[in-house]
Amino acid sequence: MSRRRVVITGVGAVTPLGVGADVLLRRWVAGESGIADGEGACRDFVATDHLSKKEIRRADRFAHFAMTAGDEALAAAGWSDELPYAAERISCVLATGIGGLGSLEHQHDLLRDEGPKAVSPLSVPLFMPNAGAGTLSMRYGLRGQSFSVASACAAGSHAIGVATRMIQYGDADAVLTGGGEATLTPLARASFEAAGALSPTGISRPFDARRDGFVMGEGAGILLLEEAEAAQARGATVLGEVLGYGSTSDAYHLTAPEPEGRHAAEAIRIALRDAGRDASQVDYVNAHGTSTPLNDASETTAIKLAFGEETARTTPVSSLKSSIGHLLGAAGAVEAIATLGALRERVLPPTLGLEQPDPALDLDFVPLSARPLEPKAQRPVALSNSFGFGGHNVVLCLEGVAA
Amino acid sequence: MATATPEAVEARIVEALASFGPDIEQVTREATFEELDIDSLDLVELAQIVEDDYGVELKGDDMKNLKTVGDAIELVVARAS
Repeated sequence: MSRRRVVITGVGAVTPLGVGADVLLRRWVAGESGIADGEGACRDFVATDHLSKKEIRRADRFAHFAMTAGDEALAAAGWSDELPYAAERISCVLATGIGGLGSLEHQHDLLRDEGPKAVSPLSVPLFMPNAGAGTLSMRYGLRGQSFSVASACAAGSHAIGVATRMIQYGDADAVLTGGGEATLTPLARASFEAAGALSPTGISRPFDARRDGFVMGEGAGILLLEEAEAAQARGATVLGEVLGYGSTSDAYHLTAPEPEGRHAAEAIRIALRDAGRDASQVDYVNAHGTSTPLNDASETTAIKLAFGEETARTTPVSSLKSSIGHLLGAAGAVEAIATLGALRERVLPPTLGLEQPDPALDLDFVPLSARPLEPKAQRPVALSNSFGFGGHNVVLCLEGVAA
Repeated sequence: MATATPEAVEARIVEALASFGPDIEQVTREATFEELDIDSLDLVELAQIVEDDYGVELKGDDMKNLKTVGDAIELVVARAS
């Protein structure tokens, strides 16, 4: 029996480039940046435009983003209040790096300044990392398994990978997945800065010789995955397919990637094998590309290890983080959405800010301007890489639709 | 601490409940918490506000029997006097 196939039928995004999945790709391809004053804030997002007073009060900003992106994804897929599958067959797996950190900090301020009685009964549901999954499950009446995955900056891709397996294995017919993050807070800033990960210049320029750290962003990306035959039977518009998922761990260092990229390379190999594809068939790699000195070096090495030097050099690689910064637990989800859009539009989006190539990083990073993507086959294939503090490596292999 | 006149308590409770979600015109004495989509978490918040403003401490058992906005106003006024 052949494996159940998993297609993407709806996507939604809230990012520093605006509200919506289309605006994300359009502005990135145009070379625009959502970063200002050293951060990728979702400045265009006004919660009251999308959510009721009660929904806003009862959820942290990271869940506000997730609800708004979730509404977009389900609407795009043509889902309404009437679910197309039994509610028990629809799951919800959402990623977050940290959860409701802004709410946690606020409640801690109240505790310190006014005492325990001032702490809100909504505190836990606001800041618990699974709030996004719980909120979306309730919002749409999804009664299959729902939970959050936390693997720092790899979480968004882990969520999509786990969601894919649920459908392949037959535990679900559809899964709402992706991730949300909202950590532009004093504690997160200070913490990442103390770890030496943030860019002191506030500039995201992945793979550039002058790169000096990542720029923090916020937002959410939500994808609706459906079992391919069921999606076809209901006449869904297919945006792409999750062909493969590979994940490994460095077991090396809490924050630094293994410098040779050996385990990240293994995740790439596993994803390709899972997809039944060869590196030479890959049209595009959406890099993790954080703009930290360590990641961009080890990721380049990993791609070379997995692809072989020659194939690696001829495969275009670019980083969305050059345009919106690092959305931590939401990054992999937003990047998968942008990658699917790039495959659909047959475009290679650029790595912005890459003006002075690092001689040691010698791949085709699509510097500064977008180029056309000429698919090697009828349906283009891409990888999306995500790596996280903790040594987590995740690679998704995605296929776009035929023209 | 504010004086717990029936008028003051009513105004404060209506304002608090409206901040939780429902439109202020919906929050009448006769409106039930169920109609207003006010749940147990909201009532705990309401109890915090009432304690801060009037020094009236409401426990879970007190809140359990409240059905309408008027029930809550009467309970607070009675306890405060």
